Amino acid sequence: MKRVFPILAVLTAGLLSYALYEALVAAPTEQTMGDVQRIFYYHVPSAWTAFILFFVNFFASVAYLIWRSSKADVIALVTAEVGVVFCTVVLVTGPIWARPVWGIWWTWDLRLTLTLVLWLIYVSYLVLRRFSSSGQTPLLAAVLAVFGALDVPLVYFSIWFFRTQHPQPVVGGGGSIDPRMLHALLINWLAFSCFAALVCWSRYRLEVLHREVEETMALEALLEPRSPQTKTSRSGSGG
Amino acid sequence: MSTLASLTRATLAKDLRLEWRSKDAINSMLFFSLLVVVIFSFSFDPTAEESRRIAGGLVWVAFLFAAVVALNQTWARELRNQVLDAYRVSPAPPNALFLAKVIGNFIFVTVLQALMTPLFIVFYNLRALGPAYQLPIVAALGTWALVVNGTFFAAMSLRTRSREIMLPLLLFPISIPALLAMVEATGAILTGEFSAKFWIVLLAAYDVVFTIASLFLFGFVLQAE
Repeated sequence: MKRVFPILAVLTAGLLSYALYEALVAAPTEQTMGDVQRIFYYHVPSAWTAFILFFVNFFASVAYLIWRSSKADVIALVTAEVGVVFCTVVLVTGPIWARPVWGIWWTWDLRLTLTLVLWLIYVSYLVLRRFSSSGQTPLLAAVLAVFGALDVPLVYFSIWFFRTQHPQPVVGGGGSIDPRMLHALLINWLAFSCFAALVCWSRYRLEVLHREVEETMALEALLEPRSPQTKTSRSGSGG
Repeated sequence: MSTLASLTRATLAKDLRLEWRSKDAINSMLFFSLLVVVIFSFSFDPTAEESRRIAGGLVWVAFLFAAVVALNQTWARELRNQVLDAYRVSPAPPNALFLAKVIGNFIFVTVLQALMTPLFIVFYNLRALGPAYQLPIVAALGTWALVVNGTFFAAMSLRTRSREIMLPLLLFPISIPALLAMVEATGAILTGEFSAKFWIVLLAAYDVVFTIASLFLFGFVLQAE
């Protein structure tokens, strides 16, 4: 297992640099938008990656509610954290592209609003995790994740009722896209997914270690003889 | 089922009696939303035409903030003398407690709305150009949406540090579709420019989804260690 991590890291680095080349050099320049359009190779893959991470978060939360496994809880925590980062990338790159192309930074369109609401929900999820006392955190967080997932279709329908201004999906939709552009997009998505998986993995290991350390320290505090504790408290009050 | 109903009724009666004698929640909500009405009114100073368009947003923002005031007090009473712990040990179904709290909050916020609506009409010169009979429906569905989630999240934030701040942080993001629906439906009815039907259906769907979800998950939250 320990061998796999550096190999994956090297692979991801290679893939990311190849994807960078594909996006900035190899992919043709868009006719009307020009080079601004290249942000698309970062915007869209980040969005897909963030949504996948939020999906994983939801399933891990449900798994936690059913089986109460701490592994599922760590997965939920990790995917939410990394998902928020990718979602932030989406929300930052979107307006940078929209300003020259649409002439406005922001509009309350379906996909924009949905992404923003998802981001808000997951930020509140992370705040909840931060603020609840450790024993109850996994349960409360899992419950909130379920609420968030239930909220998504409702947000979707509520905003769908307004006319949508966002460019229609270019993959799987009716829109046409240059095959070289599609290639660059998919390579970028692959690279970003690998990167996300890598970050999640190392964060997962970190969190597991962190919890082990906390448990050990709690145990040690229980097993420790009382005298050193009283000594420190005495010296504390004296100083 | 009958134990659920009778326990709900008992808890609700207790909460209403307590509120009737202390008037803590209703007074703070009333004064708070009065302040919001006054401040909005003179900071915007809208004409009748404008105010019809923005009133939906103003009204619901005022009620939302006022509801948070009441929701924060919901569970505080049960923490004193470990009432909540006693409830957890007892064989009573958790949902009876939850339903009683939701219905209680629903009544408080509805009373608040009944008292505040005349003030809104006076300050903003409001007159509905659309079908006015839909307004109570929107108010009831919207209030239920706020209160059912609010009560649930208030119970969740009991288990956190600085719980008074946690409640809006949890409640507002999840309530965005409901808020949008309330504001748009109210605006549609007041201006009469388009139909509020879609928004009413959406609000009803929101209420059903989150009432069921809360009833399913409240046991977990109450029993959280």
